[in-house]
Amino acid sequence: MNLQLKLDEGWFTVCPAGAVQPGRGVAALLPDGRHAALFLDRSGRAYAIDNRDPFTGASVLSRGLLGSAEGRAFVASPLLKQRFDLESGRCLDDDGVTVRAYEVRVGQGH
Amino acid sequence: MPDTLPTLLLVGHGMVGQRFLEALVERGVTRDHRVVVLCEEPRPAYDRVHLTSYFEGKGADELSLTPADFMHHNGIELHLGSPAEHIDRETRTVTARDGRTFAYDTLVLATGSYPFVPPVPGKDAEGCFVYRTIEDLEAIEAYAKSARSGAVVGGGLLGLEAAGALKNLGLDTRIVEFAPRLMPAQVDDGGGAALLRTIERMGLTVHTGAGTEAIVTGEAGRVSGMRLTDGSELPTDLVVFSAGVRPRDQLARECGLDVGERGGIKVDEECRTSDPAVFAIGECAQTVDGKVYGLVAPGYAMAEAAADAVAGFPGSFTGADMSTKLKLLGVDVASFGDAHGVSEGCLDVVYADSRSGTYKKLVIDPDGKLLGGVLVGDADAYGMLRPLTGSVPPVSPEQLVLPAGAGGPVKLGPDALPDDAVVCSCHNVTKGQICACGTLPEVKQCTKAGTGCGSCVKTILQLLPQSGDKGLCGCFGVTRAELYEIVKVKRITSYARLLDEHGRPEARGGEGCEICKPTVGSIIASLAPTIGADGYVLAGEQAALQDTNDHFLANMQRNGSYSIVPRIPGGEITPEKLIVIGEVARDYGLYTKITGGQRIDLFGARVDQLPGIWARLVDAGFESGHAYGKALRTVKSCVGQTWCRYGVQDSVRMAIDLELRYRGLRAPHKLKSAVSGCARECAEAQSKDFGVIATASGWNLYVGGNGGMTPRHADLLAQDLSDTELIRLIDRFLMFYIRTADRLERTASWLERLEGGLDHLRDVIVEDSLGLCDELESLMAAHVTGYRDEWAETLQDPERLSRFVSFVNAPGAPDPTVQFVAERDQMKPDLGALKPGTQVLIPEGALTVR
Ligand code: SRM
Ligand SMILES: Cc1cc2nc3c(=O)[nH]c(=O)nc-3n(C[C@H](O)[C@H](O)[C@H](O)COP(=O)(O)OP(=O)(O)OC[C@H]3O[C@@H](n4cnc5c(N)ncnc54)[C@H](O)[C@@H]3O)c2cc1C
Ligand code: SF4
Ligand code: FES
Repeated sequence: MNLQLKLDEGWFTVCPAGAVQPGRGVAALLPDGRHAALFLDRSGRAYAIDNRDPFTGASVLSRGLLGSAEGRAFVASPLLKQRFDLESGRCLDDDGVTVRAYEVRVGQGH
Repeated sequence: MPDTLPTLLLVGHGMVGQRFLEALVERGVTRDHRVVVLCEEPRPAYDRVHLTSYFEGKGADELSLTPADFMHHNGIELHLGSPAEHIDRETRTVTARDGRTFAYDTLVLATGSYPFVPPVPGKDAEGCFVYRTIEDLEAIEAYAKSARSGAVVGGGLLGLEAAGALKNLGLDTRIVEFAPRLMPAQVDDGGGAALLRTIERMGLTVHTGAGTEAIVTGEAGRVSGMRLTDGSELPTDLVVFSAGVRPRDQLARECGLDVGERGGIKVDEECRTSDPAVFAIGECAQTVDGKVYGLVAPGYAMAEAAADAVAGFPGSFTGADMSTKLKLLGVDVASFGDAHGVSEGCLDVVYADSRSGTYKKLVIDPDGKLLGGVLVGDADAYGMLRPLTGSVPPVSPEQLVLPAGAGGPVKLGPDALPDDAVVCSCHNVTKGQICACGTLPEVKQCTKAGTGCGSCVKTILQLLPQSGDKGLCGCFGVTRAELYEIVKVKRITSYARLLDEHGRPEARGGEGCEICKPTVGSIIASLAPTIGADGYVLAGEQAALQDTNDHFLANMQRNGSYSIVPRIPGGEITPEKLIVIGEVARDYGLYTKITGGQRIDLFGARVDQLPGIWARLVDAGFESGHAYGKALRTVKSCVGQTWCRYGVQDSVRMAIDLELRYRGLRAPHKLKSAVSGCARECAEAQSKDFGVIATASGWNLYVGGNGGMTPRHADLLAQDLSDTELIRLIDRFLMFYIRTADRLERTASWLERLEGGLDHLRDVIVEDSLGLCDELESLMAAHVTGYRDEWAETLQDPERLSRFVSFVNAPGAPDPTVQFVAERDQMKPDLGALKPGTQVLIPEGALTVR
């Protein structure tokens, strides 16, 4: 089973789902040069958002800690700890800020 | 977007300009307007109030008030380095210096002020400066390198701040003030006298009652001194003028807007000028009460009023409080309300103690209402008194000025404040609004209180519920100490199990959060040998709990790179090992620095380089220094008896023994220690969590010391201990702390909080009053035997090493955003590479960072 991201061109295979430890993330290099952050929660559900932390510019969101609040998963940036909702990319600590969220699936394809 | 959208043009992007843009966004104005900003300075708005912290190492980026994505996200066009030069109100256009013309429907002027430089001969000589922008500070800093003395013209709020900064740059500093006392606008004569003593004690020289007649120049036209109106001459290499500011109203004058007699663009309650299409806000405006405010809080209130008017909401600015608190390090000065007692029939209550440089005055009206006051030397009460202004305080005025212990109920709690008392004057937020929020971050987000000068944060914290809920976080309703007991007694080694069995009902089955995960990770690590968990922090499920630093066994830096600190026990290192560190740093191009903890830090490694670097370090006999973990950091030492003529014990050997004993020990916060060879204390042991000082007959043990944000001198726990007694006591001390402290609580604040304080601690760990000592000792014994070096262990496991990549799908590719530029023969992060849209080169070719 592979983790796949939906890009404009279609589904893009990142890595085997087993490469991601539940509760943590990994970074992926996309064909257009962007960096995405992929996560698995403890139930094995996958999420993906842009890897760039908009508060510092550093490409680090994949290295943050996962959590949940009111049933929704978030990641806390490892630098200044702002939290981002993993489904929408919305920053929970600053209404004005959102990072791009990707559709993601655990699929058979390559 | 249709070009029919009305255009709002803002001239000036300073503190108030930025607040105005935020207010527009909050009111939705940016959605139906094209918003254009002309900014004179080369960078977007920054925190001028904290300008001086630029000298304390805050870079321009840290001072920025403008979040990276703010303009882009809200569709605002910002033109940097592009001042407006001409306004044509007929055609409603503004011409910028580069010749471009911008049409507007609404024009907002937020041009601030310029520093006033008295017209004395020589004022333009090389070595004369003003103090307003980052560029000014850069110029002062550069010039100060070749100067030995400096003088500040003006002893007001800003002048004192500038003088403090010159002093910190190492200059012999004088202040020249025309008025008979310092801070003439804020304090009265008594306050001025107390302030003078404090400032002089800090090593600054003050000349009051003297004006500047001329700047004297020496060879090559550089400043060499100044001549004062009293005939005297002061030698000085550098002069900073801080003699007040003047509103920048030139543009407005030239286009015929009404301007006040003494400057300032006249505005009405909505901050509209004499032309209804033009607004003026901040320091460039003269408000309806006839004043030009030189503080940021009134400017913010004007920004809100003008944004209301633009959005069609009711709102007005009629005047503001002029409370101030000096930020100058080491001097407490505050004034608020009617500080000079000019209200009719008002009375003073004064307390003065010239020994301690304390002066406090409250101004009250005949009915006992507090009107204002001045506090010098001890401004602790400012946060409470300012909001009480305008009401009758619940205790008598003398109780409010007398020092603690000198009578009556001393501390007036914030409970005494009425709901409509303004607690944050920068953002005009009342106690009621603050109490409607639950936590400090919520207060900051919902009301902005505390995000200006910061002087109200202490009061806000007192106002927030020290709620009955002592729970660790949203996931656990118990404290860290209770969690520790649960984990220990039930031998729980799985976070998921702990959360599902002991979490708050609503959090069970969830992901947990960034607060409890590392806390539980640390508890499991502290107890590992005892509860049967793996002592290795990246084992199995434990890996998912660790903060990024523990997860990659290195400390993340601002650009996503990492630092590496090998352990150097006691600060003792062989030349061979020094050479290995040098070689590794050279081969990987790392920035190296001697740390404040007697070891060496290597900065700038990409995550994928960590294993290679550590392979070489481990090979040379180095271990992890845990600079990334809440764990033992260093045990510093002095050379001690071996070399030093005063030493009475072998402090280096003891430091190394202690460091090797406690290395790897995970704790609620980091742990630091030091050992000094005699009472001269060269290792600074009394500022450490546990510090040891040699005596002729053994060792003295000090505990609960702290440097950092809130320094605390350590307490002497026991005297003249033998080696064995010393180590036994430290074992107990550390394990008792680990067991009972809160998350991120250093030993200093833990000891402060501990009921019964030092005496209780002594009872428990020296007298064994709770019968705990055997257990504490055996917990430590288990740690000592179970210790393994994390890096050596990681290097042996290919699966774990596979996590050290920049990209999971391109393991060989480096992260192209981690870039460096040269500085002082080494390198530093290239923050330019982190901007969106930057082209960076990686071996495979050019990629665009998005
Ligand atoms: C490297 C070093 C500065 C230097 O160039 O000298 C340093 C660097 C950092 N310090 Fe420090 N501190 C360093 C000595 C100190 C000292 C001096 C000392 O240990 O003798 C202090 C005051 C003593 C004390 O802690 O009581 C100190 C007080 C702090 C504090 C405030 C702690 C407090 O209790 O208030 C923090 C923040 C924190 O830990 O929450 C901090 C945090 C940090 C962090 C970890 C900030 C971070 O999270 O990124 C920095 C990490 C640098 C890195 O990546 O390696 N650093 N820091 C020093 C490393 C010493 C070492 O070899 O381990
Ligand atoms: C060192 C220092 C310490 C201070 N400490 C405090 C404090 O503790 N508490 C407090 O309340 N206040 C303090 N202040 C004052 C505070 O900084 C000001 O009140 C605040 O910055 C005013 O905001 P403003 O936007 O009106 O002006 P500014 O922040 O000065 O912004 C005006 C901006 O307009 C630009 N501009 C001017 N003319 C044009 C033009 N024609 N075209 C385009 N742009 C133009 C300027 O370059 C500037 O960037 C301090 C000031 C200094 C310098
Ligand atoms: S603390 Fe005492 S023994 Fe150690 S170096 Fe200083 S003077 Fe010498
Ligand atoms: S009073 Fe300045 S931030 Fe609140």
